[in-house]
Amino acid sequence: MIAVQGLSVAIGGTPLLRGVSFGIDRGQILGLVGESGSGKSMTALAIMGLLPPGAHAAGRVVLDGTDLLGLSEPQMCDMRGRQIGMIFQEPMTALNPVQSIGDQVAETLVIHRAATRSEALRAARRRLDRVGLPEGRFPLGRFPHELSGGQRQRVCIAMAIALRPQLLIADEPTTALDVTTQARILDLLKGLVEEERMGLLLITHDLAVVAGMADRLAVMRAGEIVEQGPVADVLRERRHPYTRALVEASAHHPGADLRPTDRPLLQVAGAVRDYPQPRLRLFARPAPFRAVDEVSFEVRRGESVGLVGESGCGKSTLTRAILGLEPLQGGEIRLDGQAVSAGQRMQASLRRKMNVVFQDPYGSFNPRHRVARLIAEPFHLTGRPVDADARVAEALVSVGLTPEDRHKFIHEFSGGQRQRIAIARALITRPELIVLDEAVSALDVRVRAQILDLLADLRARLGLSYLFISHDLHVVRAITDRVLVMQAGRIVEQGPTEKVLRAPEHPYTKELLAAAPVLEVPP
Amino acid sequence: MSGRVQLILGGALSAVFLLAAALSLVWVPHDVAALNIADRLRPPGGAYLLGTDQFGRDMLSMLMVGARSSIAVALVAVGIGMGVGVPLGLLAAANRSGWLDEVVMRMNDLIFAFPALVIAILITAVLGPSALNAILAIGIFNIPVFARVTRGAALSLWTLDYILAARVAGKGRARISVEHILPNIASLLIVQGSIQFSLGILAEAGLSYVGLGAQPPTPSWGRMLAEAQTMIYTHPLLAVLPGLAIVLMVLGLNLMGDGLRDALDPRLRRVAR
Repeated sequence: MIAVQGLSVAIGGTPLLRGVSFGIDRGQILGLVGESGSGKSMTALAIMGLLPPGAHAAGRVVLDGTDLLGLSEPQMCDMRGRQIGMIFQEPMTALNPVQSIGDQVAETLVIHRAATRSEALRAARRRLDRVGLPEGRFPLGRFPHELSGGQRQRVCIAMAIALRPQLLIADEPTTALDVTTQARILDLLKGLVEEERMGLLLITHDLAVVAGMADRLAVMRAGEIVEQGPVADVLRERRHPYTRALVEASAHHPGADLRPTDRPLLQVAGAVRDYPQPRLRLFARPAPFRAVDEVSFEVRRGESVGLVGESGCGKSTLTRAILGLEPLQGGEIRLDGQAVSAGQRMQASLRRKMNVVFQDPYGSFNPRHRVARLIAEPFHLTGRPVDADARVAEALVSVGLTPEDRHKFIHEFSGGQRQRIAIARALITRPELIVLDEAVSALDVRVRAQILDLLADLRARLGLSYLFISHDLHVVRAITDRVLVMQAGRIVEQGPTEKVLRAPEHPYTKELLAAAPVLEVPP
Repeated sequence: MSGRVQLILGGALSAVFLLAAALSLVWVPHDVAALNIADRLRPPGGAYLLGTDQFGRDMLSMLMVGARSSIAVALVAVGIGMGVGVPLGLLAAANRSGWLDEVVMRMNDLIFAFPALVIAILITAVLGPSALNAILAIGIFNIPVFARVTRGAALSLWTLDYILAARVAGKGRARISVEHILPNIASLLIVQGSIQFSLGILAEAGLSYVGLGAQPPTPSWGRMLAEAQTMIYTHPLLAVLPGLAIVLMVLGLNLMGDGLRDALDPRLRRVAR
């Protein structure tokens, strides 16, 4: 139905795509897999005719006998929405916050003069019903901010399929969503493809997602498709070394066998954190929202503990309380026997014993400072030691960078390198506990494997303890000794990682495990 | 127009006026206080490059000295606005939703609620017309502008991870504001500063047009306009020249502000590469 033949895109002489060719039939799903910067999204934009200014496309994109690259902008506008629909990664920003969901879905129909406004609204209603947003709970007048991330993505899907396009392009449609939500959205997409006989181009970095969904798989690297074929064949044969590297990195497990000690380092006992709720009526003050509810656990010296849960379960709040950034309403947190007096000014000597690495390698650094100053920031706690420069260099070397990197600015580094710098910053005060808040979630699989190796190695060398917060069960399995499963502010299950993941007891843990996409790699 | 062209063009325009103003401190072609009725209303050329006014004063010299008072008034007014407004904005953002935030922002609302130029006229009318009072009046109205801009930009920065990292490193709110927030909103403040600077020049011209700015015999652009009003049909150049000076100065400052923003921000530099 759609055939991309020798598609090449260049911006100012720099090639971004080289000779990309693939085809998708009706009712078929093609998974396009690659790391960030490999040209996956550029391929989608080229098909949609939405390339950034200055980009030039060559080759052919043939949809039902028409070459899309040859069409004028008004002709292309007619194609978009009618023949090709697209879903984006970030459902939070893909919807207009000041328009109701009904209007946004109906808009596509009205623009293409497929219906009058009232007909369009009726069609929008049917579409929303189809994507699992029934009239009773989700009337057309709802606004995006009243919906959760998964529900917003459903609205985006309803918009994309409003005119029953032949081709649907989904660019990382579930990357921003929780595992259980991801499973439901993927199910929905699969059902729609079968029902409507659409073609689906599923762009993702996650091989496991493709493995469970797609009919065919194309692996992309540096603007080229290095290997493509039926999913099972590609995953079994792995002819191209890059495919092999990707598959191995996805299943990576740092092979360190470490024995944690029995001495406790971090003790959390009955921690409670309440947030006041906004008043709904003038005199009635609503009960506070309990984000963390009687949570108790321990991290021993040299131990790596995973904390798993979906967004909104309270894991970030708990992290901030442990770091002494938010006060508790009950219970206490002790680090190395000393109470963490959250909210008030904590003793520098206590603060020095823990540090944190955040998820977003782009937002974690002040863009105006050089690396040396960024890494040395925690010296604020200890006073700047005489050998500060040497320690900055040492920290850089220990995370696999060179001492010369300290003169650079942060935007000169890739995401993986930035995460290494974040780890270097966390190591500089020689802490005992490092809190890793989704620290590898934003990284490509191969980079993620390297960072996991680095973390395992640092733990073995420096005797560190980790509190590893993640929604990704696979990563938790790779790096932790024990795991805590958190739901709605409570810890519902805890135990040795292997045991919990192999034989979960709590229904929520079972649900999480069932929803997580698994990459079964045939030997 | 690319940022580079804007910066060069705007910088050149502004530099011409700044140099003229600086030069007027040590030398002007003719004394601006001396009346020379014999040479009144001369056309441009000869001993008087831009001609003379109805009292025989040299237009070029008056424009140069006028630039000096315009720039001085606007610069000090922006200085007052930034010097008071930016710390207030940072303070408000650091104590978000606290009582300090409320007090600062409600004070801002209060000042915003008065029409700026009317209050400026009031101040100069009560305290007497002088350049100093004009500075004060324009400066006070710059404070809430800078406080607002600073607070808004700072609030979005406070949610970023590197601010959290700095808090984990035990830094206090004041220190984070100075070390992390201020450098990252500097480009915004520079742009706002250049806009307020040009508005200040307009305000000064307006005040001296109605006779509430710098007092005679000190020449100022606004008063030159006012005095030329009666002769606009017979000697249009007398009104056109100070008017043109105001337009070009304001244009130059705005172009420079835009260009500076592009040049100062390392993130924008990277995109341009």
